[in-house]
Amino acid sequence: MLEGYRGLALDSLSSINADIGDQIEIIKNDMRLKGILMPSYSSTDDIVVIKLDNGYNIGISIKNAKIQLLQKRTQKYKNEEEKNLGKSEIKIISTGGTIVSKIEYETGAVRPALSAEEIIQFMPEINNLAKISAEILFSILSENMKPEYWTKIINSVKKAFDEGNKGVVIAHGTDTMAYTASALAFALKLSGPVILVGSQRSSDRPSSDSAINLYSSVLLAKEAPFGEVVINMHGESSDTYTIAHRGVKVRKMHSSRRDAFQSVNDIPLAKVLWQDNKVQLLRSDYIPKRDETEIVNSKFSDKVFLLKYYPGFSSDFLDYLIENKKVLGIIIEGTGLGHVSTELVDHIKKATKDGIFVGMTTQCLFGRVNMNVYTTGRLLQQAGVTPLEDMLPEVALVKLMWILGHETDQEKIKTLMLTNIAGEINPRHSIDLFPRWNYV
Amino acid sequence: MSKLDYNKIGLKVGLEIHQQLNTSSKLFCNCPTQLSDEYQYTLERYLRPVLSETGEVDIAALFEWEKNKKYIYRLPAISSCLVECDEEPPHKMNEDALLIGLAMTLAFKGNPVDEIYVMRKTVIDGSNTSGFQRTSIVGLGGYVEDEEGVISIQTIAIEEDAARKIEGKTDSVTYNLDRLGIPLIEISTGPDIHSPEQAKRVALKIGQMLRLTGKVKRGLGTVRQDLNVSVAGGVKTEIKGVQELDLIPKIIEYEAERQLKLLEIKDELIKRGVNKDFILQNYTFKDITNIFANTQSKIINNELKKNGKVYGIKVPKFKGIFGIELMPDRRFGTEVSDYIKVFAGLGGLFHSDELPNYGITKEEIEKVKNELNVKEEDGFIIIVGKKEKLELAINAIKDRLLQALEGVPKETRAANEDGTTRFLRPQPGSARMYPETDIPPIRITNSILEKAKKIIPPTPEEKMKELLKLGLNEELAKQVLVSPRLDTFDYFVSKYSPKIPPTVIATTLENTIKYVKSEGGNPDLITEEVLDTTFNAIYNGEISKDSIAEILLHYSKNGGDIKSIIAQYQKLSDSELEKIIKEIISTNKNELLSKKDKAFNIVMGRVMSKVRGKAEGKKVAELIKKELENFT
Repeated sequence: MLEGYRGLALDSLSSINADIGDQIEIIKNDMRLKGILMPSYSSTDDIVVIKLDNGYNIGISIKNAKIQLLQKRTQKYKNEEEKNLGKSEIKIISTGGTIVSKIEYETGAVRPALSAEEIIQFMPEINNLAKISAEILFSILSENMKPEYWTKIINSVKKAFDEGNKGVVIAHGTDTMAYTASALAFALKLSGPVILVGSQRSSDRPSSDSAINLYSSVLLAKEAPFGEVVINMHGESSDTYTIAHRGVKVRKMHSSRRDAFQSVNDIPLAKVLWQDNKVQLLRSDYIPKRDETEIVNSKFSDKVFLLKYYPGFSSDFLDYLIENKKVLGIIIEGTGLGHVSTELVDHIKKATKDGIFVGMTTQCLFGRVNMNVYTTGRLLQQAGVTPLEDMLPEVALVKLMWILGHETDQEKIKTLMLTNIAGEINPRHSIDLFPRWNYV
Repeated sequence: MSKLDYNKIGLKVGLEIHQQLNTSSKLFCNCPTQLSDEYQYTLERYLRPVLSETGEVDIAALFEWEKNKKYIYRLPAISSCLVECDEEPPHKMNEDALLIGLAMTLAFKGNPVDEIYVMRKTVIDGSNTSGFQRTSIVGLGGYVEDEEGVISIQTIAIEEDAARKIEGKTDSVTYNLDRLGIPLIEISTGPDIHSPEQAKRVALKIGQMLRLTGKVKRGLGTVRQDLNVSVAGGVKTEIKGVQELDLIPKIIEYEAERQLKLLEIKDELIKRGVNKDFILQNYTFKDITNIFANTQSKIINNELKKNGKVYGIKVPKFKGIFGIELMPDRRFGTEVSDYIKVFAGLGGLFHSDELPNYGITKEEIEKVKNELNVKEEDGFIIIVGKKEKLELAINAIKDRLLQALEGVPKETRAANEDGTTRFLRPQPGSARMYPETDIPPIRITNSILEKAKKIIPPTPEEKMKELLKLGLNEELAKQVLVSPRLDTFDYFVSKYSPKIPPTVIATTLENTIKYVKSEGGNPDLITEEVLDTTFNAIYNGEISKDSIAEILLHYSKNGGDIKSIIAQYQKLSDSELEKIIKEIISTNKNELLSKKDKAFNIVMGRVMSKVRGKAEGKKVAELIKKELENFT
C-alpha cells in the first residue's frame, strides 16, 4: 500500500510497482538519488519521499523526474503473538495513548502496542517489581474515548481484581484521562488501587516520561494501601518523582509539560520515589481497600451537557438543549461563586420544573461555589440550580452521567450529586491549596 | 615521520563543516541565539535508549547510554524556554536559517530539495534534552573549486546545536541549555580531497563563503570541522570537533599514517598465523594480584589500596605489536588502552613492549610471564583496578585485538591538541534517524527560493571590489578577503565607519594582531569584545587610533581590564598638550635658541616621546608650530 500518496506521485509509483520500503531511484536534473520509499505526509501530490543511505528523509517532486524500482523490500516485521503470562500480581490494561505507542522507525508513524509483551518491553524493569500481566483492551487516542468504553474498562478492572491481582495499572491517553478516572472512581468500590498512567513525551524518544511513569505506577499498584482510582504522573519537570492524584480531584493543567496533572482543591494521595522504590503517602484519610471489588452500576447516560457560561451567552442555546436534544441534566461552569446572567433564570426555572437536573460549578476551578452571597446566586437557587461545592466541572459532569445512568428520581439525583462518593468534594480548603507564582 | 605519497596510498578526505548561524531566534523556538550563564532553575533528567522496530538499538546510541547517568540542565532565563526543556513541541523552523541553507546550496550550484523533512538523530549523551538532535537536509549536490580539482558537495543540512557542557562527573553531567537549538548549517563534501593541504584550503574556502553571507556567528566555538579520512584498504574514520583550521593537515597526515600502520599490523599478524579463532582460543587472563603485593609501582599500589585487583592477559604471538608507533607518541598499545578507558572506565594498561617500567621490576615481569605461561613470541597486558571494571576491560581488549585482524576499525575519533586523535565511540548507523513527527514537511516553493536567492553570498571577486571601494589597498583587501575575520571586519565597518576608516579596522585585524604576537603578546586574548571596546573608545574620541597597537599589546601581554588600559591611553586635551609643549620649550630654552633652525624637530621628538599613543602627531606638530611662533 502506498500510504499517503495520491495523484501524480501515486500514479508514478504505481506504474513502477513500488511499495513503501522498496529501494527506488529518482533521476532529476543532474542528480541520481537512491533511497528507500517512505510514506508521504506531504500536502501536495507530486512529492515522493525517500530515505537516503545516511538516514535522512527528503521529498523530491516527481515533476520532470524519472523514477525506477531498484529492489523490493525484504524485511518483514515480526508479529508477536499474545502469550498467556499466567497468574499475576499487577495487571496492566492498555487503552491506547502515547504511553503505549511505538514508533515505526522506518516510517516515523506512531502506532499503539499490539501485545502485552510489547507493553512490558517499554520498561522491562517492571518485571523486577511484580509479576505482571497485560491486556490490550483497545487502542484509541484519548480524545476518542466514550462513556461506553468507560464501562468496558470498569468491567475489565473488576475482572482483574477477581483474578487475584493486587492492583491495576491503566495505560491511557492524557487528554481525557481525568474523565475516565472519575468514571471509574464513581462506578467501582475497590479491593486495590487503580492507577491511570500516561505520558506527555512519546515512548519513542529517549527523554520520554513513559518509562518512569509506568515503573512508578506498577510500584504504586503493588504497594499503595488504598482502594482508590488515581492518576500517577510526573510531579515536576525533572525525572525525580511522580505524584498520585485522586482521580476525582485532578485536572490536566498544561498542554505539554510532564507535570501537567495537578490536584485542584485537594492534596494528592502519594508521592512515588522511583529511584528508591518508595511510596510516600501524603495523607492518611484515603479510602481503604475493600475485601472485594464491586461495580456500582457501570452505565453512563449521554443526555448530559456541560455548559460553559460566558458574557453574551444566548438563552436560545439552553432552550435548544432542552427541547431538541432532550438533555436530562446540565452542569453549568458558571462565573465566580456560581453565576450566570439573570436573563437565564427563567429558562433554567423551566428546565428544572421539567425534571432536568441543573448543577453549578465554577469556571475558576479553584475554590467552592457559594450561591448565597449575591442576589443572582439566590435567584438561581430559587430556579432550582444545585450548587455543587468544590467539584470540578468535568467531575460533576461524569458524576451526573453516572447517576443518570441508573437513577430517575429527582430528589435522589440531587442527594447523590451532593453525596461525597469518591472524595470529589473537599469540605475544607486550607490556605495551601492554591498555587502561587513567585515573581522575583 | 617521512612525507607520505598521498596519491599512492589512496588518501580520501571528506569534510563536514558546522557553522552557527546568526539568526535572531533559535531554530525551533523564539529564544534568542545568545549564550548566558545566568540561571535560576535546573532540571534533572535521565535518558533511555529506544528500541527500534526490529528490536535493535543503534550501536552508537547504546554506547552513549550510561545507565542511571543523571543529566542536570541549567535553564538560563533569557535563552531557554519550554522547547529546550523538552516540555513543549518544537515551533516552526526558523525561516532565516532555512533561507541561509538554501542560499548556500545555490551558491555551491547544488539542488535544493523540493520538500524538507526534519529528522530526529538519536543522541543520548544528554547534550539534547529530547535525546535526539533535529536535523534536515535542505540541499544536495554542488561543488567547490580548488586548484587541485573540483570537490563535490554531498549535502547541506540545517540542524540544531547541542546544549553546552558545563561539567562531567562519574554519575552526572551538567549542561547549560543556552546553546541548545541555535541553528547550525552543516556542509558535507564528498571524499574528493586527496591531500592534507587541500583539506585545509577547502575548509577555508567553505568558511569564507559562509562568512560572505554575513549571516553566521563569529568567534570561538561557532565553527567546527569534522574530517572523514581513509586510505586504500582502510576505513572511513570520523574525526570530530576540529576547531583550528591549521591543525587539519596534521590530523589527516597522522590519521593516514595510523591507518597504514594498522594495515601493516594486520599483515604481520596474518604472517604470524594469527586468526580470529586463534585469538579466541588462546587469549587468556588471570588474577595476578599476589605478584604485586610488595610492588614499588605507584600506579598499582594506589589501586591495590582501593581494593583493586591486578589482572594479567596473555596475548599469543603479539610480541612487538603493542609497541608499534601509529602516531607520534601513540602506539598500538595506546589504541587498545583507549578502548578500556572508554568501555571500562580504567585509567590505562601496561603492555609487554613497554615493560619493565613505571616502577614494575624485571623480577615481577618474569613472575607474570611464568604465571601466564607467556612464550617468546607472545605479548601480554597488565590491567589494574576494580574487579568489575577489569572484567569489562578484558572483553574490550579482546574486541580490539580481533579488529586488528581486519586492519582499521570503524571509529569516531576525537582530535587532540597536538593533531593526534583518540578513540571516542563506534560509528553510528542510519538506524539512529527517524522522522520528527511534530514538524510538518516544508515545501520549498518558488517564493521561498526567490527569497533565498537574495541572500546568496557575493563571490570573492565581487567582495574584492567592495573592499577596494571602501578604500583598502589591494594588498590589505586581499588579506581581509581570505581572513577568518572577514565577517568581523564587515561588522566593525558597519558599526564604526566612516568615523574610523575601514583601512584602520582592516589593519588592526590583519596586521596589529600579528604584530602583537611577534612582540610576545597572546593574540588569543584579543577577542572581538576587546576590539569592540577599543574601537568604541576611538569612535568616541577618547583615544587616538595611533594607540591601538600599544593598547592591544599591553592587554595581550598582561591581560586585565581593557577599559582601564584604554584609560591610560586617554587622548590628551589641547590645553594639556600645550602645557607639555610649553614646559619642554622652556626647559630646553638654551638649546633651542642655539639651534633655531632645528627647534621644531627637537621639540617634536621630545614631546612625542612623552605623549606617544595619547595624542596624534599631526595635532602635536600643529601646536608646536603655534608655540614656536611665539618663541624668541
